[in-house]
Amino acid sequence: MSNVFIAFQVNEDTRPIIEAILEDNPGAVANESPAMVKIDAKDRLVVKRESIESRLGRRFDLQEIHVNLISLTGHIDEDDDQFTLSWNH
Amino acid sequence: MVVAAVKEYKFEPLDRLENFHGNQLLYVGWEDHLMFCAPFCFPLSPQMPFRAVLEQVLPGTYDYHPDFSKIDWGKVEWFKSGKPWRPDHDRTLDENGLKHKDVIRFRTPGLTGIKGSCS
Amino acid sequence: MDMQVKKKLGLKERYAHMTRGLDWETSYQPMDKVFPYVKYEGIKIHDWDKWEDPFRLTMDAYWKYQGEKEKKLYAIIDAFAQNNGHLGVTDARYINALKLFIQGVSPLEYMAHRGFAHVGRQFAGIGPRVACQMQAVDELRHAQTQIHTISNYNKYYNGFHNWRHWHDNVWYLSVPKSFFDDAMTAGPFEFMVAIGFSFEYVLTNLLFVPFMSGAAYNSDMSTVTFGFSAQSDEARHMTLGLEVIKFMLEQDPDNVPIVQRWIDKWFWRGTRVLSLVATMMDYMLPKRVMSWKEAWEIYAEQNGGALFNDLARYGIRPPKAFADACEAKDHLSHQLWGTLYNYGAATAIHTWMPGTEEMDWLSAKYPESFDKYYRPRFEFWAEEAKKGNRFYNKTLPMLCTTCQIPLLFTEPGDPTKICYRESDYNGDKYHFCSDHCKEIFDHEPEKYVQSWLPVHQIYQGHCFKPGTDPTAEGFDPLAAVIEYYGMNFGRDNLDFEGSEDQKNFETWRGEATRNA
Repeated sequence: MSNVFIAFQVNEDTRPIIEAILEDNPGAVANESPAMVKIDAKDRLVVKRESIESRLGRRFDLQEIHVNLISLTGHIDEDDDQFTLSWNH
Repeated sequence: MVVAAVKEYKFEPLDRLENFHGNQLLYVGWEDHLMFCAPFCFPLSPQMPFRAVLEQVLPGTYDYHPDFSKIDWGKVEWFKSGKPWRPDHDRTLDENGLKHKDVIRFRTPGLTGIKGSCS
Repeated sequence: MDMQVKKKLGLKERYAHMTRGLDWETSYQPMDKVFPYVKYEGIKIHDWDKWEDPFRLTMDAYWKYQGEKEKKLYAIIDAFAQNNGHLGVTDARYINALKLFIQGVSPLEYMAHRGFAHVGRQFAGIGPRVACQMQAVDELRHAQTQIHTISNYNKYYNGFHNWRHWHDNVWYLSVPKSFFDDAMTAGPFEFMVAIGFSFEYVLTNLLFVPFMSGAAYNSDMSTVTFGFSAQSDEARHMTLGLEVIKFMLEQDPDNVPIVQRWIDKWFWRGTRVLSLVATMMDYMLPKRVMSWKEAWEIYAEQNGGALFNDLARYGIRPPKAFADACEAKDHLSHQLWGTLYNYGAATAIHTWMPGTEEMDWLSAKYPESFDKYYRPRFEFWAEEAKKGNRFYNKTLPMLCTTCQIPLLFTEPGDPTKICYRESDYNGDKYHFCSDHCKEIFDHEPEKYVQSWLPVHQIYQGHCFKPGTDPTAEGFDPLAAVIEYYGMNFGRDNLDFEGSEDQKNFETWRGEATRNA
């Protein structure tokens, strides 16, 4: 088992994204540093469009995360509905 | 190994002896005195007597250290490329077998830097 | 009228349509002449279409999101300038970290732009070509936004005005410069392993993440913003680096040993360059988010560990130097800061000894090493400085032929002994700071005999202004070199204590809180 992580700037754009990730990935841990938050998860982490949209109250294109993304690790699988990081192949 | 290349790969070394205007490079390090962060590089004439290195070259570099004035040069242990070596103070660098870019180090038994920390 | 509603294409299909089938087999000229560099390194590619893009970002989406990032950044740069944001940073020592950044890092962003533009032209497959060209645009953006943001500091502080010339000439900057020149002069695949994988994937988090978070902690709004703006592209770059590795390893088993050797080499080259970042984190940030050692444990050991576990299925092992690099985490920042302090008369940054509380922080973060090996040295220097006898080492150091850093690193397992290594090649001696730098040289000596080592260049007479006579009575080589560098002696260099930066910052900050 290895950790994957994703890190975002802390701002109003990312608050719903971070909340959605923490709810959709039980066991994921948010580590806060000045101006940024790094979310660690065992092996796999998923970002779901619908969860973010339900918080935002508008349509959300998952590629919008690029604007506030700081870093990540793991293999990426991306489609219109979800964005997954994992060490599985 | 040779460098992987699309054609012949051959260039002059940048630090050949003849580029140093009659001097050769000598590197000198003082063991157990890491307050001087790294060994030094000196451009010196191969005809310089080794004694002149001790009396004219090293003091300006090392005398900030309180241990430097306590050195008994008769008891200093020398190493060349890491192996024990004995210089003749009255012979030149060349006669002592020192070539371009040789590295020598000296150990001063009993002197181990600031508060014995090898600084 | 009835509308024929067609189902919108999914992201993966959309991406495939926008990025594939755009190239062709040339017929007037053989493909080998059109792409002359793809074979000579020995990497075998059988099917370029097997390339998988990790992020499926099409050009239209790319411009849209990059445009948003720029708008955010420039709004903040303007606000920062209009509100004298520079006076809000913790203290003026912090500004020296920005000097090191513009002198050492931003020029590399520009070189990365050139490098990716080059390999983006040379790869024979459309997938990596598009990805590399996008990265080339990103890197140019990083260089520009950094120069633009930091230019605001140049209006007020010393040490910013001549960074481009310094990058090409000054001794401590030959370290990052030679690192990138080494990568640029390799073939396209080695460049991708060097920069795309080893630097961007394995090591870049160590540069941007803790450092930018540190900038936030020290209230430097503008640097946080350019840093994070750049870093938002890095996530894409990192995945490109990982993709290149997987692609090479999956294409042919003969690629494995070549890739392994490059990983070994570039992991080590990268960690050597990052020793400058270690000093920034432990010594140059007045308020510290985490120590270099902690950052190393998170990003290199844990993260890198996960990565190399994953790559084991291809027969790839962790870099050969991994254990030595991990051991050095207790010593790196102290040894390098000590070196910058030694040569504080020849740096375009100010240096200083940490205060009492800062030394206690270092003791707590480095219980195995700081008090035993470094505190005695630092306290001695601090006391001497108080007596007006500040230590300035004026004799030029011995440099490693490969990484170009002075031989300041100690033997693995013994922090009291300098690590010396040497090789004989074609009748000359070459010296190194470590087994790993020696191994890199021994593999390609013809390349590294061309190392432009600043110390040797000075002794060859190449770092003096025209008309300088080194044989004249009373000739002061250090002064002549500083003049050639274009540094103002006494303003850009020497200790922070008593510097113009220190005085101005105090005065201006005072004026900001009361009426003159």
